[in-house]
Amino acid sequence: MDWLVQLLDSNQIFTTSTVLHYWDGLVVTVQLVFISLIIGLVLSLPLAILRTHRNPWINRPIWAYTYVFRGTPLLIQLYLIYYGVTYIPGIQESVFWFIMKDALYPALLAFVLNTAAYTTEILRGAIVATPMGEIEAARAYGMNFSKTMRRIVLPSAFRRALPAYSNEVIFMLHASAIASTVTIIDLTGAAKDVYSQHYAPFEAFTFVGAIYLCLTFSILFLFKRLEKNLLAHLAER
Amino acid sequence: MKKILVALAGVLAITSMSVQAADWSTVRLGVDATYPPFESKDANGNLVGFEVELGEAVCKEMKVKCEWVVQDWDGIIPGLLARKYDAIFSSMSITPERAEQVAFTEPYYNTPSGWFAKKGASYNSKDLATLAGARVGVQRGTIQDTYASKQLEGKATVVRYTAADEFIIDLFAGRLDLILIDVPVGEELLAGDDRGVGYAMIGTEPLGDGAAAALRKRDGDLMEMFNKALRTVKSNGVYDKIRVKYFSYDIKM
Repeated sequence: MDWLVQLLDSNQIFTTSTVLHYWDGLVVTVQLVFISLIIGLVLSLPLAILRTHRNPWINRPIWAYTYVFRGTPLLIQLYLIYYGVTYIPGIQESVFWFIMKDALYPALLAFVLNTAAYTTEILRGAIVATPMGEIEAARAYGMNFSKTMRRIVLPSAFRRALPAYSNEVIFMLHASAIASTVTIIDLTGAAKDVYSQHYAPFEAFTFVGAIYLCLTFSILFLFKRLEKNLLAHLAER
Repeated sequence: MKKILVALAGVLAITSMSVQAADWSTVRLGVDATYPPFESKDANGNLVGFEVELGEAVCKEMKVKCEWVVQDWDGIIPGLLARKYDAIFSSMSITPERAEQVAFTEPYYNTPSGWFAKKGASYNSKDLATLAGARVGVQRGTIQDTYASKQLEGKATVVRYTAADEFIIDLFAGRLDLILIDVPVGEELLAGDDRGVGYAMIGTEPLGDGAAAALRKRDGDLMEMFNKALRTVKSNGVYDKIRVKYFSYDIKM
């Protein structure tokens, strides 16, 4: 480790303190993305199932939600949730303020709502694409709705959704960079700090770009492994 | 083939002309327009403020045409070096770190920085220990950022914003306990909002060696033009005429 410290000490921009600043940013980015993806996925499963419901009173509101959140930029959603709510009279005295005071929770909320909207549509597409024959076969075996879902529809829908969902994960990682616009020191925020301290945009952003690239490739690698296991029956022989 | 060669020669001629065109008939001024009363945008999106008028006066004195380029503060020096504009005319305080990157003209004004907080708050800016645990908002890359980051390290949380008008929202919202900002800008931002009456300046810090225009180091001829014009407007009364429109006290330097 000594050689690393020495190398960093002889460097103008990437000193030990700036590298640690980047590290803190990396932790924040990974946390933000991971937590919002998990919550978003959990929310999107029931939403996707209800979205395929025949009753318009059930599927229309969900359609409207995904339509709005997929149809507007995430940055606008974040600004509305972070800055916009402060203009609601009495918000500071309400219980919600406990959550909205910090920058992290509004960002998390925006990210969760956004990724849940996309994931809902990805899952819905996969559910709708279930071959009719499989459902008929399930019915013929006497399975009820929930059993059909659990045993027949969802397992194959998850498999079909996997490639599209890996894109969503990567988009989410890249979109998380806008958290830095509401004072969160994520990877991009750390890069901005270094950039404004040393007036070195090229070094600061090239470095952070390389970190994002590594993260993206790690995610791709994981999904490749998953797809190899779960979609083995579709692989070329 | 011949046509392509002619076209290429034409392109080359045009590009070499634009390189030579350092005759400064037009000077582009970079500005971060979130800083009233020095520079901001009015309801119609027009640039207004003390420095905007001063800049126009300086350009008139230099007998050049001025074009304003709006740029976020945290990218304002890289933008100058990347030739998006020829000078920064945006309340930039002279600091040794910045002077390594850019060349400063003579300073043209100096104002202290002020701490602003809710009226009745128990913070004392002369005793920074009273700020323990507070959340302090600054604009990223300003002298206030440098000062607060250094002085408050380990004591309070420094929260950095891209634009001055963003952290005033968070001060009013209660996300910040204090902000550190140029005194006139802080006063103007408080005056510009109904909620500002509940807030007040609780102390000042004399930061920076005055604000100046910043140029690329290689543009020595433009530097001479700026300094000469600045000296003229400061001495012939043009400066003071603009100043009284915005400030009741003298800020000239």
